[in-house]
Amino acid sequence: MKHKLTAFFSIGLVAAGIALAAVQPARAQLEIDITQGVVEPMPIAITDFVSSGTQGAEIAAVVAADLQRSGLFKPIEKGAFIEKISNPDAAPRFNDWTVINAQALVTGRVTQEADGRLRAEFRLWDTFAGQQLIGEQFFANPSNWRRVAHIIADAIYERLTGEKGYFDTRIVYVDESGPKNARVKRLAIMDQDGANHRTLTDGRAIVMTPRFSPNRQEITYMSYEGSQPQVYLLQIETGQRELVGNFPGMTFAPRFSPDGQKVIMSLMREDGNSNIYTMDLRSRNTTRLTSSNSIDTSPSYSPDGSRIVFTSDRGGRPHIYTMGADGSNPQRISFGDGTYSTPVWSPRGDLIAFTKQTAGQFQIGVMRTDGSGERILSSGRLQEGPTWAPNGRVIMFFREDGGGSGPKLFSVDLTGRNEQAIPTPNFGSDPAWSPLLD
Amino acid sequence: MRRIAAITRNPVAVALVAMLAIAGCAGKNTPNNAADLGLGGGAGAATPGSSQDFTVNVGDRIFFDTDSTLIRADAQQTLARQAQWLNRYGSYSITVEGHADERGTREYNLALGARRAAAARDFLVSQGVAANRIRTISYGKERPVAVCDDISCWSQNRRSVTVLGGAGS
Repeated sequence: MKHKLTAFFSIGLVAAGIALAAVQPARAQLEIDITQGVVEPMPIAITDFVSSGTQGAEIAAVVAADLQRSGLFKPIEKGAFIEKISNPDAAPRFNDWTVINAQALVTGRVTQEADGRLRAEFRLWDTFAGQQLIGEQFFANPSNWRRVAHIIADAIYERLTGEKGYFDTRIVYVDESGPKNARVKRLAIMDQDGANHRTLTDGRAIVMTPRFSPNRQEITYMSYEGSQPQVYLLQIETGQRELVGNFPGMTFAPRFSPDGQKVIMSLMREDGNSNIYTMDLRSRNTTRLTSSNSIDTSPSYSPDGSRIVFTSDRGGRPHIYTMGADGSNPQRISFGDGTYSTPVWSPRGDLIAFTKQTAGQFQIGVMRTDGSGERILSSGRLQEGPTWAPNGRVIMFFREDGGGSGPKLFSVDLTGRNEQAIPTPNFGSDPAWSPLLD
Repeated sequence: MRRIAAITRNPVAVALVAMLAIAGCAGKNTPNNAADLGLGGGAGAATPGSSQDFTVNVGDRIFFDTDSTLIRADAQQTLARQAQWLNRYGSYSITVEGHADERGTREYNLALGARRAAAARDFLVSQGVAANRIRTISYGKERPVAVCDDISCWSQNRRSVTVLGGAGS
């Protein structure tokens, strides 16, 4: 928790452990094994946090929605609850919860401090063991209440699965409106559950493929605002924009290096082919990494920065290749039927997500970094652009169904069984998941 | 990190800053067929040497096969006519736009559109059009002219379009 404590302070949240004297925190058996292929969602009771107004119910609803969407938890209908929690400092009547098969129970309280800050406390209980698993409290600006709820959901997820959560994160994507042959595209940003949505560009220039910097403060993306479509940086807070490099031709397909010091991207050559370059954001030095007479694009670093995965049609059709960060030893890793593109290295380092086109379908899949173990997670008429949740368990992408509609955002977990629509006000494409906020 | 808290507290102010910073950068809006140019008249109505003449009587676009950048025989005829016309009316600068259909991923299709534009440009240059009159731009699959879900649409969208007096070289 030390890391998280620091984090909370930095955004004006304060977390502190709270424990009941009567009930000692203890190691319990309550845990979801998410390393298995099929996971039965854990029944969990999330009670409205005790509060004078509606805030307690609102926070509980955000926590429940986060956990439900993960596919690993099954929040129990509130109507089934027997005990009404009125004093969250007292131990609950565990029998009242085990009898409705609530294996885990969340209780809490929201109050307003004299200085105006919101104070949120919660406890996670193992009902069958009769033990408290977590007790924490947070102080935050009231406008940050949804973040508090996401942080609570992350704490519950982490305690019960053994893996980091991903709920206190944001999505940057392309908001699309208007007819398909004159689509207006704006960069937009929102919380991972669709809340706190706002647009970042005005739609006058086509924009695409936004991606977060590792510190989440900047976005690199491609825009048609200049005489050539090129790669830009955008400071999310200030709106300040900056062209990346001074290249003669189109630059596209940008991503940050894991240390945030470089942007890697494609540069179109005079002959129409495209190669991969990096630009160091401090020295402004550019380095060419590929020089094949082909299309080399969609580069993505491994999380340790030592390798790059990319798309190339040097073998005739688009396939996925890996190479060293200096461009050394390119090797093709995709060999299945059809074409492969948009590879993205998992933040855990173990998998590469991709878009595959075969038999008239677009598929989102994952493979190991040597190309083995290919698994398709989702198929559709037109879908592409995977992006990883920071814990490497969930992928977001966009899909366009027929009938003249537009693209929409979806997430799917690594089992392929839990697909969820992500709410956006208009059509949406090119999602990019932020790292965990801290 | 305090700045995150600020953005969360006051999203409206931040959004306004973003809008102001972007204002003044005009988007590009290039008409790419006769309809876009507001042309309703017959072929004979166009003044020789006008952009209407080029679009209507010469043909401003060529089409490509799936995943291909090869200039087909029918496209070669169109480009040869374009070159002849451009050589006669030598004052026009030219933008060759490359486009792809939706049956590919976004970034790859940007590169494919770039290759198609370059292939069309190279053909025009081989027919005597000065290379320094021509710039190329790729729209990938961003600007389809035909909007439907089948092959007839996709084949119209895999194109390069020669635009007169585009932003110039």
